[in-house]
Amino acid sequence: MSAHLTAGFIDPARDGARAFRQVLDAMAHPGRIVTLDGPQGPAPCSPAAASVLLTLADATTPLHLAGAHDAAALRDWVAFHLGAPLVGPADAVFALGTWDALGPLAAYPQGSAEYPDRSATLIVEMDALDTDGARLTGPGIETQAFLSLPDVGALADNAARFPLGLDVLFTCGPRLAALPRSTKIGGC
Amino acid sequence: MYVAVKGGERAIEHAHDWLAQARRGDMAVPDLGVAQIREQLALAVDRVMAEGSLHDPDLAALALKQARGDVIEAVFLIRAFRTTLPRFGASVPVDTGDMQIIRRISATFKDAPGGQVLGPTFDYTHRLLDFDLADGVAPPPAPEAAASPDPVPHILSHLGEEGLMQPEPAGDAENAQDVPDLTRAPLEFPASRPLRLQALTRADEGFLLSLAYSTQRGYGRNHAFVGELRIGHVRVAAHMPELGFDIEFADILVTECETVNQFQGSKSEPAQFTRGYGLVFGQSERKAISMALVDRALRARELGEDMGDAPAQDEEFVLSHCDNIQSSGFLEHIKLPHYVDFQAELELIRKLRRDAGAVREAAQ
Amino acid sequence: MTAYNFAYLDEATKRMLRRAILKAVAIPGYQVPFSSREMPMPYGWGTGGVQVTAACLVPEDTLKVIDQGADDTTNAVSIRKFFQRVADVAVTERTAQASIIQTRHRIPETPLIAGQILVFQVPIPEPLRFLEPREVETRVMHALEDYGLMQVRLYEDIARHGEIARAYAYPVRVEGRYIMDPSPIPKFDNPKLNNSPALQLFGAGRECRIYALPPFTRVESLDFDDYPFSATKAAGQSCALCGSTVSYLDEVITDDAGGRMFVCSDTDYCAARVAAGSTEDAA
Repeated sequence: MSAHLTAGFIDPARDGARAFRQVLDAMAHPGRIVTLDGPQGPAPCSPAAASVLLTLADATTPLHLAGAHDAAALRDWVAFHLGAPLVGPADAVFALGTWDALGPLAAYPQGSAEYPDRSATLIVEMDALDTDGARLTGPGIETQAFLSLPDVGALADNAARFPLGLDVLFTCGPRLAALPRSTKIGGC
Repeated sequence: MYVAVKGGERAIEHAHDWLAQARRGDMAVPDLGVAQIREQLALAVDRVMAEGSLHDPDLAALALKQARGDVIEAVFLIRAFRTTLPRFGASVPVDTGDMQIIRRISATFKDAPGGQVLGPTFDYTHRLLDFDLADGVAPPPAPEAAASPDPVPHILSHLGEEGLMQPEPAGDAENAQDVPDLTRAPLEFPASRPLRLQALTRADEGFLLSLAYSTQRGYGRNHAFVGELRIGHVRVAAHMPELGFDIEFADILVTECETVNQFQGSKSEPAQFTRGYGLVFGQSERKAISMALVDRALRARELGEDMGDAPAQDEEFVLSHCDNIQSSGFLEHIKLPHYVDFQAELELIRKLRRDAGAVREAAQ
Repeated sequence: MTAYNFAYLDEATKRMLRRAILKAVAIPGYQVPFSSREMPMPYGWGTGGVQVTAACLVPEDTLKVIDQGADDTTNAVSIRKFFQRVADVAVTERTAQASIIQTRHRIPETPLIAGQILVFQVPIPEPLRFLEPREVETRVMHALEDYGLMQVRLYEDIARHGEIARAYAYPVRVEGRYIMDPSPIPKFDNPKLNNSPALQLFGAGRECRIYALPPFTRVESLDFDDYPFSATKAAGQSCALCGSTVSYLDEVITDDAGGRMFVCSDTDYCAARVAAGSTEDAA
């Protein structure tokens, strides 16, 4: 098993703290692209996604690996570094995969009216991540921001369900951007 | 001329030096050893372990020494230490039926297999100060008898055989990890009974005592008999999936109380006895009995009993206020500076009085 | 002290806190339950703020801790020292130089800037608690956006006193959705919550709740059209040390003959003005 296990954080407390601050910066500024200089996860997991998982996921957070991310090397890495139970979309706290592989958003926990925080966070692996595309407004954004979203319609529907809904982290190589449910998409 | 107060850091350091000196007291009196506290103030040590949720008599004794005998402060020290400890797993449920008993009494049956054992109790002592203790006179040796090798089954199990006792769901050793833990997940209402029992076993003894007493006086009355109170040593073991068997790693003293309470029955269920349950670290029967009474009171809704406004039946009220580390922290925080809020109140009161005065004048 | 992890908490606890903080940022004004830990200081003395700060701190941070606006109040000193000890971070008293500011009861006078994080210590996070003590009830009120009880209570104040008689912990509405307790800051500070470039995080340790205001979030103090909110402070007074007429002032009793004076509650703001030679009105 250890032959293809890539490293986790070298200094978990400090590396984890730095990675979290980047993710927090992204979540607090939807559309902003941050860089995570973290360890390399096994393919096809991006370094940014690997850092997010090392920072936030553990044995208490069921994880859904979608499509090509449901690969033996990544499963072993998850078992060794996180201990997160692997589950289907309906039970996921985190889900990792490409947009197409992750499938319909409705399959994931959306939170309840009493506990809207009990919804999944998606980590969407992207081929490209740019600050152009859909127009974003709302908390965290002074005037407007732009982000290349995979599916404007589905994500706008997600935002319309606020305070329920999913929160999304987009990853591409070491880069990451966030789209919390509070962000309004489109309009002018 | 007013100068802003500075030097908070130095003031704190000096205060703590003073505390250390006051803790030691008169240097002509020998220093108190942690082992002395553990052996000779054992019930205080037990209480610190119970409310601190950590079984370690030496640490509890040290905490009592550091806290100058302030039990709640000692509990706080233990809790703050406990929170930093890594968790390797959960033990399988302890089997109190397998207890090495030092004390066992029943208020419901004159005799039962295993008999009644008074043990080292304050009961029936005359509360007269013993001046020999002040002189350090050694006690005469207590008579000894050989421990009975026979099992001592729970007294309530005899009622269970007759179907008179409402059975409890069986513990599941395989899923010990799934038992809820309020130190790892925020409390949510309604709470399950295991979660309530966890909150009660680490709750403040005085708070539970008062609540239990209130049920006896009619605030959520459910008339409890002490079916059995037993104190003794139990084995603590963990299941090792790699080995396929349990490994015993500790032997601890606990106090268990089971009360027998009447239940009138309902449309769907015949009348039977129900149980209130208390289990506490150490020798702590006042706490265990209180816990059993409050546990039973909190089952009022589940059993479809009349719910008045009895505090002991109110789950959110009991669980939100039973922890003495939460309550003492919040209570004592009001001695911290509140200059800013008070200033805001001051301005508001002055303004309201000005406005009211203006209205009165206008009226005249 | 080497036995303790960076920033005191173990990594599993930090992950739990970090997940809660991210959900709080994603749902502005909503109180996220978290499994608060027992800390080496008492509940009610900043354990929520300390846990949030510990979850956010990086070794490169510069930390400022204030209580009642002042860096030198004993509990602020104690918390600052705790983080120096367990995280070895740089500390400052200057608002402008801090990357994380933990506060009790005040928002600094110096405007916060982008990139800063303000961490509030919160005693009672539930703004509806004084109307309804039961968590099961208030949770449903938030879920249904049923805030009629709050409106009624505020209007009763007006009927009795001619104004909303709340001087601190004055409730706010976040992005038109959740009603939120801003912690016991004086209502003078409420406007600073709105549209701030800084990230504002709120930690309530004993009550196990974390909530957040992302930067540039709309935060409105509750009021009525005919009784608009006003951010008041000591009327017609100025700071006896720096002369500011726009800062929040503490009242100090100077003798037993009724003598009193007013000084800035924000000691960094005041000291900087005194150092700059200003005893005039702040610009």
